Amino acid sequence: MDAIATTAIAELQGLVREHRRVHVCGNGSKHVSPLSGYVALSTAALRGVIEYQPSEFVITVAAGTPVAEVNALLASHGQYLPFDPLFVESGATIGGTIAMNACGSERYRFGGARDFVIGVRFIEGNGELVRGGGKVVKNAAGFDYPKLFVGSCGRLGLIVELSFKVFPKPEAYASLRVSLPSLEDALALLPKLTNCPYDLNAVDLVMENHTRTTLWVRVGGIAEALPRRMDRVRALVGSGEVLSGPEEEHFWNDMREMRWMESGDVLVKVPLTPRWIPALDARIARWKRRYSVGGNVAWIATPSLAETDAALTSLRLSGLVLRSQAPDPHIGYRPFNPFAERIKRALDPLNKFG
Amino acid sequence: MQPAALVPYECDALLAFRERPLCVVLPESQEEVVQVVRLCHHFGVPFVARGSGTGLSGGSTPVPGGIVIAMNRLNRILKVDVEQRFAVVEAGVVNLDITRTVASRNLLFAPDPSSQPVCTIGGNVAFNSGGAHCLKYGMTSNHVLALKVVLPDGELAFLGSESLESVDADYVGMFVGSEGLFGIALEVTVRLLPRPETYRTVLAAYRSLQAAGDAVSQVIAAGILPGALEIMDHLSIQAVEAAVHPGYPTDAAALLIVELEGEQHQVEAEWRRLESVLKASQPYLLKAAQNEEERLKIWKGRKSAFSAAGRLYPDYIVQDGVVPRSRLGEALAEIERLSQKWGIKVANVFHAGDGNLHPLIMFDGNQPGSYERAEELASEIIDVCIRLGGSITGEHGVGMEKRRFMPRQFGPAEIACMNATRDAVDPKRLANRGKRLSEEFTSAHTLVGAHPLERAGVIARE
Repeated sequence: MDAIATTAIAELQGLVREHRRVHVCGNGSKHVSPLSGYVALSTAALRGVIEYQPSEFVITVAAGTPVAEVNALLASHGQYLPFDPLFVESGATIGGTIAMNACGSERYRFGGARDFVIGVRFIEGNGELVRGGGKVVKNAAGFDYPKLFVGSCGRLGLIVELSFKVFPKPEAYASLRVSLPSLEDALALLPKLTNCPYDLNAVDLVMENHTRTTLWVRVGGIAEALPRRMDRVRALVGSGEVLSGPEEEHFWNDMREMRWMESGDVLVKVPLTPRWIPALDARIARWKRRYSVGGNVAWIATPSLAETDAALTSLRLSGLVLRSQAPDPHIGYRPFNPFAERIKRALDPLNKFG
Repeated sequence: MQPAALVPYECDALLAFRERPLCVVLPESQEEVVQVVRLCHHFGVPFVARGSGTGLSGGSTPVPGGIVIAMNRLNRILKVDVEQRFAVVEAGVVNLDITRTVASRNLLFAPDPSSQPVCTIGGNVAFNSGGAHCLKYGMTSNHVLALKVVLPDGELAFLGSESLESVDADYVGMFVGSEGLFGIALEVTVRLLPRPETYRTVLAAYRSLQAAGDAVSQVIAAGILPGALEIMDHLSIQAVEAAVHPGYPTDAAALLIVELEGEQHQVEAEWRRLESVLKASQPYLLKAAQNEEERLKIWKGRKSAFSAAGRLYPDYIVQDGVVPRSRLGEALAEIERLSQKWGIKVANVFHAGDGNLHPLIMFDGNQPGSYERAEELASEIIDVCIRLGGSITGEHGVGMEKRRFMPRQFGPAEIACMNATRDAVDPKRLANRGKRLSEEFTSAHTLVGAHPLERAGVIARE
């Protein structure tokens, strides 16, 4: 890490020690803003790739580095972050991506951020700079702080640096698009797809209006094998249109950037399994929504957080608000977790990170 | 229980550490486990949870004055959801039984430690077990969706959910691999994967270990992502060939096993690339498995490497260090140099794709001082791994065995943070006391050769 970043880390440590309440922010791509009484700590000065040797398939970056920069560097060596970080074009930082666990549709194939982060450096509530994990892909020494920080929402400490294992990037993609009369039809097809051995990269459902549903299945890999792989996927589904090139890319890019939302709506992420989808959909059918990651995530674009909160609570589902100025990103069902309480007490005993 | 009945619980598969437990509890239900933990907390009695005792780092060695909670009777598969691809199992369920249960539905539980016919999922969770197929789909942690755990004071916690995604910090990830220090997993929700449609398994024989190591780098650099990439050196090849006759070329200095897995057209395309990369790496023999039988034979050899090594020497120490993949060649050369310096034979079998070494350091426990010298050599190998930017353990865990190396890999701030985390979860330090972190006591060293199950080839130190 260069001299500026080292100074920046020392400064951030000082600020954490000095202030009663601190709020970590990256580049604001998820519109999270500090609460009153909290001092905003920006990771903007923590920028740059710290270590990257392409043959190692591991990269270490400062937390404030835009994901777009990381993606571009990796792509120039035929590599990528397989968990499909969101809001890349909106300027998302790698630290914010991990803190909010903002993974997209393609996390379906090889796993989420938790499955690729192998090292973390963070500032604890007492201002100490601590390293967890390392820079090798297999590591059983010490507690798994790198995973712990995925989805920590800035509440366990300030992420300074992250190491990831990366994979070879699929050299080509193709998708199957199928329009179906109802959500039920789509859900009936889902297990066929999620249990097939065709190594699908993404399986998403787009709700066009109240019921009409478009199923999107993405496949990536070696270009010469793709046509035959797509034939098989199409045969499995029974119908649909095979797309490749800009139109195909455009759809998944809009998904990654959440461009399908109405401006002014708030984006809520709801982890679930396919079985929960009918009950949830019945409660939120008036809003724009998509079911992603093979039916493991609902994305809801809602004008009303209160109504969404009530709908989720009634089904005992939890939600995370990703784009709003809401004071607390967690809505819906929030069970007490004594393990979480204890971990929080260890890393941030004075509750500085909120 | 009679004193003699306690003997099997004195150690796990790392036989160098032994301790007689105060008693062994065999709970029949989750509720009984919780009650026992609460009693331990009330009376301040340290406890160690134990599955099948196949751990390799002394992680389930009893604590003096402590009890063992043997989880083997909690062996029910509670739920299998084929459509949503998950299963809920109790901690004492054997790893391979999960895959056996779902195999007819073309699903599998991916983590495949060599001891998978006997090791329990609870132990896999505690130590984040790996195996030969971690390269593509990761370790145990990458396949656990949710946990029901009893914390060290008897409080229950539910972590994660059935979904692949979450809105919380990853407490499941934090619990998995915590070596029992955060409490005991009672129920584990595991993710199941569709069984790969096809495999392509190839054996490449080289005249030097360096050439095999270089081939690994070339395969990875070519953008091919195999399911497994394994190397065995001359000594291990000979041991294996003598023991299970997998048809390995015994004159090879090194053998590379590469396995592709997945959708058939993709695998065929990958295979064409792999074949040209491997040919360019100039092996003197390149042999692809022609059918499932040949494939299993190749793997049988690899998976019995450690039990076979027992034929060469009465005892050996297995190390589990990791180095950055691009520095494998350097690490192997260093191990060779150290082996010569100490005059101790070292066989190498390792997960090359992950940079995870498994040097087997040979010694004869009946010779005075021989164990100590082997330990010194092992310690120097660990230093090499740290110096090259790696880790002291890839998948076996710290346990008792590698506690003393922790301060070499981590600084005082890191150790303090780990202690603070542990103390917040378990203020009385009752759960698996003396493992991974502290040095509150040391067990007597004893040397007794291979584990009986290992001699029988049922388990292996991989």
